[in-house]
Amino acid sequence: MSPTDTTKPAKVAKKSPALKTSAAALNKAAAPNKAAAPKKTAASKKPKAAAAKKPRVMAAPKMSSSQSLDVDDHKVTVGKSFSDNAKMTMRNINVFYGDKQAIYDVNIDIAKNEVIAMIGPSGCGKSTFLRTLNRMNDTVEGCRVEGEICMDGEDLYAPKLDVVELRARVGMVFQKPNPFPKSIYENVAYGPKIHGLADTRVDLDEIVENSLRKASLWEEVKERLHQPGTGLSGGQQQRLCIARAIAVSPEVILMDEPCSALDPIATAKIEELIEELSQNFTIAIVTHSMQQAARVSHRTAYFHLGKLIEVNPTEQVFTMPEHQLTEAYITGRFG
Amino acid sequence: MSKPVDHLNKIKHSLRRRNRAEARFRWYGRVAVFIGLAAVAVLFGDIISKGHGAFQATYINLSVAYNQDLIGVDNLTDPDELAMGNWQALPKAALRAQFPEVSGRSDKRKLSGLLSSGAGYDLKDRLLANPLLLGETESIWLLADDDIDTYYKSWLAGDAYAARLTDKQIIWIEQLHQQGQIRLQLNTNLFARGDSREPEQAGIRGAVMGSLLTLVLTLMLSFPIGVSAAIYLEEFAPKNRWTDFIEVNINNLAAVPSIIFGLLGLAIFINFFHVPRSVPIVGGLVLTLMTLPTIIITSRAAIKSVPPSIRQAALGMGASKYQTVLHHVLPLALPGMLTGAIIGMAQALGETAPLLMIGMVAFIVDIPGSFTDPATVLPVQIFLWADSPERAFIEKTSAAIMVLLTFLIIMNTSAVWLRKRLERRW
Repeated sequence: MSPTDTTKPAKVAKKSPALKTSAAALNKAAAPNKAAAPKKTAASKKPKAAAAKKPRVMAAPKMSSSQSLDVDDHKVTVGKSFSDNAKMTMRNINVFYGDKQAIYDVNIDIAKNEVIAMIGPSGCGKSTFLRTLNRMNDTVEGCRVEGEICMDGEDLYAPKLDVVELRARVGMVFQKPNPFPKSIYENVAYGPKIHGLADTRVDLDEIVENSLRKASLWEEVKERLHQPGTGLSGGQQQRLCIARAIAVSPEVILMDEPCSALDPIATAKIEELIEELSQNFTIAIVTHSMQQAARVSHRTAYFHLGKLIEVNPTEQVFTMPEHQLTEAYITGRFG
Repeated sequence: MSKPVDHLNKIKHSLRRRNRAEARFRWYGRVAVFIGLAAVAVLFGDIISKGHGAFQATYINLSVAYNQDLIGVDNLTDPDELAMGNWQALPKAALRAQFPEVSGRSDKRKLSGLLSSGAGYDLKDRLLANPLLLGETESIWLLADDDIDTYYKSWLAGDAYAARLTDKQIIWIEQLHQQGQIRLQLNTNLFARGDSREPEQAGIRGAVMGSLLTLVLTLMLSFPIGVSAAIYLEEFAPKNRWTDFIEVNINNLAAVPSIIFGLLGLAIFINFFHVPRSVPIVGGLVLTLMTLPTIIITSRAAIKSVPPSIRQAALGMGASKYQTVLHHVLPLALPGMLTGAIIGMAQALGETAPLLMIGMVAFIVDIPGSFTDPATVLPVQIFLWADSPERAFIEKTSAAIMVLLTFLIIMNTSAVWLRKRLERRW
């Protein structure tokens, strides 16, 4: 077992009922012939799994004996999930869409001013996980989130917390550039306006200019601030969306595959921007591109079928992954 | 080597078949469009050919002596005396002066039948507007009777319709024609007056005003209610069995025959709430019930067509649900909503059946000035005129249909124009 497990906070004990129910749900969700799985020890199952996968498994002596490529056996995230300098802490997160469980028992910290990348094959729940961080999942019909998510020690799912305030603190950039069909200026000014951040027109102008500068878009658009934002190129639109997000000075920025709709040059610009932004903001980015994760992130979390398999410093994930599944993914065996 | 060639031949063969099918399909479409256009052309052609005459009316030129003794009025400012005045004597005297040879009661009555029964009152209005004319004589064009109008128009067209005229009347008209004392001129009465039993005096002003008042009320009620319902159902309401039930019922409501709405209005608004009958208020309320489903359905479709990415962007910025809807969804959905509202209004403008049930079919001469004045509406006016026995109402009916169609065309064109104008490009 990973040594980091001992650093699990005491909070987990308090949450044990949730843990139990989620474990039960996990077992139900697993294939029926695996119903007895919890009774078997991981070790007892290992030889069978290893035998079955043997021709495909690469020699990986560093891996612990409890690992296998069968994700149903996966119980505990390996690597360094937790941080002493945590901005956000997530404990025992389970997410359901109706009866279907999308995320199983995820425990992870996001440190201050780090860039953490979420990678994994399609449908592994990384976007769903990202969207729990600013409660965008609230808008999805039938979506239910269990567990505890805190930012600076404050429970984000507390009944008295206002999601409007939360989303001002945790900004989001979406997969497809989605500027409002208004002018460039209006796009950036919208957040400060609705939150009442600017008292005067001059303040607002300043916020807009600063945000566009931080998103390295100012030079390109300063002459046409009052033309529609939808008239920009895809990459410029996405930077406009980033400018819009940072205009309300959030503490955390969530990015859901921000470059998937962009060409390589625009992608490079956004990646450069992420690098700069990480000095002031905490950034969580979901990406399909492992190269991108490797380029921009400090830590990388690998998700597989709704489970958080491994979290480690990016360099380590891409050079010496601790878990067989991670290695299988980054070496391109699936996903 | 033969195999690929074989393959290619098969593709060529199937391609010919596919092209033929496509060409056939295009022709089906063209024929369908042609049938539609032809139907419209026939409808318009028929109505215009029948109704264009109504925009002109026959007038007879006579020299009228405003003889004080004849009228029996001394003081033009005393309303009682004015009401007692024998105004019809003025046109009668003028006609007798024109045809001095006419004698005998029957012939004299036929002679005065040349002019509209309203001619005396037209002269009264003229005299009241110009009191100095009292005792003077002037040459003036007076409105002819509807039978004379029908005859003169048909005679001018070369196909005289004389069924309701005596031979003497026909001779008088020919004499007037030869002296240039009878002519067609623009029928201002059609647009300036309310309904009348006399076709030559009947106008559509009352019906147009009634339609306008009713539609204003319908729009004021149905647009806000319909749009609010659509926004709530689409953006805020939970998706459960209740909202499904509501949706089914809104669609049901759109399919209910309109006469049933009339009965509902009669039972609820008039019998239960004691709203007066025949007034635009009750008409507007009934048409609101009818238009609501149309507006709700089109508004929901417009809201649905706003891309979800815009909502996500706004919510992700920390806009509340209300702000998201108000700042982003509503402006983008508005063109669709307006189009739906205009189409709903056009439907309401053409609606007749429910209004029959709530008394808007009454014969009303006065032009309604407010929501509480008894009124009728254009389609009901058309129904009333079409139902009248006088031959002259045939062209009046067609003329009223032309006016109604003009309003409908304007409304539908503005719906298309608005949609094009306000549409956002992504």
